[in-house]
Amino acid sequence: MEVNERDPVTGRETTGHEWNGIKELDTPVPRGVLMFLIVTHIWAIAWWFFVPAWPLGTTYTKGLLGVDQRTTVEERVVEGQQERSVWMTRLESESYDAILADEALMQTVRGTGRQLFGDNCAACHGRDGRGRAGYPDLTDDDWLWGGGPELIEQTLRYGINTAHPDTRIAQMPAFGRDGMLERDQVRSVAAYVYSLSNPDYSTDENLERIEAGRDVFATTCAACHGENAEGKLEIGAPNLTDARWVYGGDLQTIIASVHGGRQGHMPTWDERMTDAEIRTLALYVHDLGTGQP
Amino acid sequence: MPELFHRKLERSAIGFVLAIIAAASVGGIVEIAPLFTIDETVEEAPDMRVYTPLELAGRNIYVREGCYACHSQMIRTLRDEVERYGPYSRAVESQYDRPMLWGSKRTGPDLARVGGKYSDFWHVAHLINPRDVVPESNMPAYAFLARTELRTNDLGEHLAAQQALGVPYTDEMVANAARDAYGQAFPDSEAASGVSERYGEATSVSAFDGVATRLTEMDALVAYLQVLGRLTDAAFRDTAATEQAPDAED
Ligand code: HEC
Ligand code: HEC
Ligand code: HEC
Repeated sequence: MEVNERDPVTGRETTGHEWNGIKELDTPVPRGVLMFLIVTHIWAIAWWFFVPAWPLGTTYTKGLLGVDQRTTVEERVVEGQQERSVWMTRLESESYDAILADEALMQTVRGTGRQLFGDNCAACHGRDGRGRAGYPDLTDDDWLWGGGPELIEQTLRYGINTAHPDTRIAQMPAFGRDGMLERDQVRSVAAYVYSLSNPDYSTDENLERIEAGRDVFATTCAACHGENAEGKLEIGAPNLTDARWVYGGDLQTIIASVHGGRQGHMPTWDERMTDAEIRTLALYVHDLGTGQP
Repeated sequence: MPELFHRKLERSAIGFVLAIIAAASVGGIVEIAPLFTIDETVEEAPDMRVYTPLELAGRNIYVREGCYACHSQMIRTLRDEVERYGPYSRAVESQYDRPMLWGSKRTGPDLARVGGKYSDFWHVAHLINPRDVVPESNMPAYAFLARTELRTNDLGEHLAAQQALGVPYTDEMVANAARDAYGQAFPDSEAASGVSERYGEATSVSAFDGVATRLTEMDALVAYLQVLGRLTDAAFRDTAATEQAPDAED
């Protein structure tokens, strides 16, 4: 094992190590890589002085720049609030009528509202607010609880069937499951409800069943859904005479609604959103409802 | 000069090994050193409650199914995250998370504050088939959870293991683990009252999967999702963000 032996092919010195006749060359790290390593190390050491770096028993070196991610993000959030404050304070304090009359401000509502709606409401009501089975369409003018911005605000703030003390309560009893109506009565009242929006269904063949259902409806359902089955906004009982359904308007689904009852749950947003955000959304949804694209 | 140094190092086996150890241990020190000041960096949260056995079972399912591969549970200190998800995550909020599930991969949204954002009904529909409620979703379907009976006979051992790691479960909680898991998912059962006694009045007792006759993995997972971000309101104190605290459970 000779030191300072040169490899005849590359002309490099060997390290003197040899395994089974294979000799290891002494190839230093390329200068460029070495310089890069040295510079990054110097940079790292300098950086220790500028930003929080080392633990010192019960505290740590805070760094000359005084950066702290927590205060940084809080400053950024406040900055954002200030940027928006021009219109946010107006949305927070002005009356709904005044805001609705101000087309420029309503443009902002449509932009910001769409964003908020996408982050919070779209999972249930759909991106476009058209809803799906179990989640009402917010773009039509058929409301469970009312489409004025104040009424929508109340729905958003306290939710429907939530644990909030001011929640709206929508309780459609389980007439079939809980034995309040016989199986046959459930079927006939469902047939009656179905016939309200499907005049074609009132054939001679079905007439008897529908008439029986009409009686059941008058005694059992009218208290909530109204004499004419047109619904009551105060208790969130839907209109059963139109073609718009929360759960579905085919005969099977109506039977399911009457048999098992319905208690839709809409979360409260009081805790999750600021007043201005809730009011923005109330206006946004109201705006969807008045037929805006 | 560098040539000479390199040559010396390469020729001395022991020296080279020591140099490697020294270089590699830097990585270790960087991770370990911050733990020395853990008392300074983790906030206090005396109001914080522990996971109920049902929620813990749900958490185990979350780990088993690899939900963390697509969802983080860590709202970072960035303005857009705070505006979208709520106050940034505090260290104390995961003090009972063993293992923690902060994650960094977000194919889906962050879930750190998803508790209470949706209804149980929505979660069940979404887990059974995400496309039913979010048409453009690429999240896998987990319909089998609703058909799979939850295993409760080993829940006491899970609680005991957490207890050994320093999570303040009482012996009574450990002894009643399986019973409490049933109680939380069967609001009308006798066992239900024990849950609020041991874990606080605000603990949500509900037929999470909508079926009050069977205790399924769906019950457990939904119970867990509904408590995310709601064990303490520590993050809502002293922030510039104007969000108000949800009613912390307990
Ligand atoms: C977990 C699913 C869910 C989420 C998220 C949700 N909603 Fe709802 N929402 C419902 C359900 C279910 C109803 C119907 C409740 C009922 O049956 O009375 C409803 C009802 C409503 C109503 C009343 C409709 C009417 O006809 O009177 C409005 C307005 C509304 N939601 C707006 C919103 C807005 C705005 C958001 C976002 C901040 C939102 N919802 C988020 C499920 C949800
Ligand atoms: C205590 C009041 C109450 C009574 C009594 C009642 N309902 Fe309802 N009903 C409601 C409420 C509230 C809803 C909306 C539930 C929801 O969306 O969560 C509803 C929903 C429905 C729906 C679903 C509508 C849709 O859009 O999909 C049908 C169908 C229905 N009721 C039929 C009936 C029939 C038939 C009867 C009588 C047998 C009846 N209801 C009695 C309150 C009542
Ligand atoms: C392949 C990646 C992927 C996996 C694995 C995954 N998810 Fe998702 N998740 C998504 C995506 C994408 C979304 C957004 C679209 C949607 O709502 O479905 C989402 C949305 C969600 C939401 C709604 C969040 C919100 O704020 O709207 C919840 C809750 C959720 N997932 C829970 C879970 C649970 C629990 C698991 C494990 C059983 C899981 N996810 C596994 C991709 C995933």
